[in-house]
Amino acid sequence: MRLLQRFYLVEVLSGLALTAAHFFRNMGLHLAHALGRKTARGAVTIQYPEERRPYSPRLRSLHRLVRREDGSPRCVACMMCETVCPARCIYIVAAEHPNPEIEKVPARFDIDLGKCVFCGYCVEACPEDAIRMDTGILEFSSYSRDGMIYTKEMLLALEPAGRDGRPTSPVPIPADRRP
Amino acid sequence: MPKLTINGQAVEVPAGTNLIEAARKVGVEVPHYCYHPALSIAGQCRLCMVDIEKTPRPTIACNTPASDGMVVWTETDRVKETRKSIMEFHLINHPLDCPVCDQAGECWLQIYYMRYGLYDPRMRDEKVHKPKAVPLGPHVMLDAERCILCSRCVRFCDEVTGTGELGIFHRGDDSEIGLFPGKELVNKYSGNVVDICPVGALTDRDFRFAVRVWYLDSTASICPGCARGCNIEVHVNRRRPHHNEGRRVARLKPRFNADVNRWWICDDGRYGFTFVDDKTRLVAPSSREDGAVSDATWEEAIAAIVGALGRFAPAEIGVFASPKMANEDLWALRRVLEQCGIRRVAFRVPPPVPGDEDTLLIRSDKNPNSRGAELLGLDGDGAAILRAACVRQVKCLWVFGHDLLASAWDPAETDAALRALSLLIFIGTNSNATSERAQWVLPAAAWVEREGTYTNFEGRVQRFRQAVEPLGQALPEWDILGRVLQALGAEVGAPRAERWFRELTSGVPAFGGMSYQAIGDTGAVLNAPSAGQPRSEPASRTPLR
Repeated sequence: MRLLQRFYLVEVLSGLALTAAHFFRNMGLHLAHALGRKTARGAVTIQYPEERRPYSPRLRSLHRLVRREDGSPRCVACMMCETVCPARCIYIVAAEHPNPEIEKVPARFDIDLGKCVFCGYCVEACPEDAIRMDTGILEFSSYSRDGMIYTKEMLLALEPAGRDGRPTSPVPIPADRRP
Repeated sequence: MPKLTINGQAVEVPAGTNLIEAARKVGVEVPHYCYHPALSIAGQCRLCMVDIEKTPRPTIACNTPASDGMVVWTETDRVKETRKSIMEFHLINHPLDCPVCDQAGECWLQIYYMRYGLYDPRMRDEKVHKPKAVPLGPHVMLDAERCILCSRCVRFCDEVTGTGELGIFHRGDDSEIGLFPGKELVNKYSGNVVDICPVGALTDRDFRFAVRVWYLDSTASICPGCARGCNIEVHVNRRRPHHNEGRRVARLKPRFNADVNRWWICDDGRYGFTFVDDKTRLVAPSSREDGAVSDATWEEAIAAIVGALGRFAPAEIGVFASPKMANEDLWALRRVLEQCGIRRVAFRVPPPVPGDEDTLLIRSDKNPNSRGAELLGLDGDGAAILRAACVRQVKCLWVFGHDLLASAWDPAETDAALRALSLLIFIGTNSNATSERAQWVLPAAAWVEREGTYTNFEGRVQRFRQAVEPLGQALPEWDILGRVLQALGAEVGAPRAERWFRELTSGVPAFGGMSYQAIGDTGAVLNAPSAGQPRSEPASRTPLR
């Protein structure tokens, strides 16, 4: 080790100089970008949430319940997803469907996203292709545990993500956060 | 006694035994749908094909009696190929709607298809459509598409109940199970057709969509519905509390016992468990003073009972034991009565309407343990106790479970007797008009929440086991009485049902030599000659499953 390096102060100052050089260079580039020069790109910063990284097409995001043509759930409350779910976060209560050819329909279909591990087994297990994890929605939060329970109505209202992987439906707002 | 060889194992069976039963004897299962040991042989399903040496083609095992020197093979390639073809035939018009079918998980069509099926179906035609979700009666739902026409239900209604409501109508692939015109499946054993239906064609309306069967846990128990003491399995849903509207007991199923109920139970017993998760269940000890009800702890409740037993003279205390209590409870009660010197005890409270009875299973006595209460010497004159209460000879009444106001006794007189009392103590599972009058109400555990034994009318002591935890603070009656006994200063051992039973066996000669191990799953008969005539059913018959 050289003598100069053994003086702590010298090395600290050279390090600060390097950091400051990067800081001011990037600040200039970001300012130029913000002022309209779109070719000017600063360091690897993504302007989240306006900008997002591209999502993989096999991304497992928030669940949705697929609808029939008449808007009723495609789900027949067979409990396969509830059975296979390793986190036990799906709660289904079955009811009689007026059409005996369909026979069963969920009266209640809740997913406790506070427990969900996003393994995607529910999608694999579904014999009716009634549950999918393709909404592209990743940001959901709540101030309470109860607020993480998403009901049948909330899950039915969701649409699949767009071609670019962006969500097309708004993030569902749990009942406890609604104004 | 013909001797034959099945899959290389030699076996000797009584003459007339068919090959399915002979194979069962050596532990070989021959798949079948239409054959049932309690019913006549139909030979409808053709699944039980086996190879017999020196016969040119596979033969159905259900209708082939074992004969001397027969050499039977049940797993040859030819037999497996035949099974596969027959399963394919059964499934031509089967809707394969397992996800919405209540039978899924306990369906023999699923089980055998997984084992022997042709996984790549060749059928491309539109399936024949038949009525779905048709109620046949108050308890049974028919899905004609799922039916494989084994005709077990038809034979059950013809041969076991003799009511003959069901038949097979139309021809060819339009054949379907149905009711004869103007009939309804309302016989007292209609729930059994659901049990014997090997597929999901007949399902239980009471259990419809309640719980998927793979969430259920099963416990061996005894039906408390009448003096027969049918052997049952209690199916409880512990793993998914949001199913079945939170009720823990999902259904009761019969359990084979050759000497009691064979394969069947009646509908009253099958659907008579709803009180367990009812809103009227008592969950905490409570006391009532001047109409105000307040919850109490067990210590306070026991102290109150012991105080009452000391405050009143033994002759001023009347006790209504219940024939719905187990032998263990009745023994604990007898010890309390002996400790205090109480003599006014009865257990019979006549029901307002006499119970129905038939020759198959149902007994008019709707209590599971009247015989046990008799043997323990608790039989007294209940009406006399109430008369004594009217004239204030009895001032404290201790009632177990009974609703004295809903009995055959004159309600006005009973009401007057209850009004005249200084203290009424009620111990039971559910509240009723009598418990509403009681100063102390103590919650007892229902029969599925505890262990114990019942003595049926034939003197067979049978054991029931705990399937779920007691609701709230409820305790088994033997535990409550044991605590009372302890507070009275008597010697009480470990708080276990088995200990009370052991004490009972040494105290009552009729129970002498019995133990929980000896009773096992099928029960043990009392030493003393029984009052009823034991039924002479062939004991060699074995259950289907």
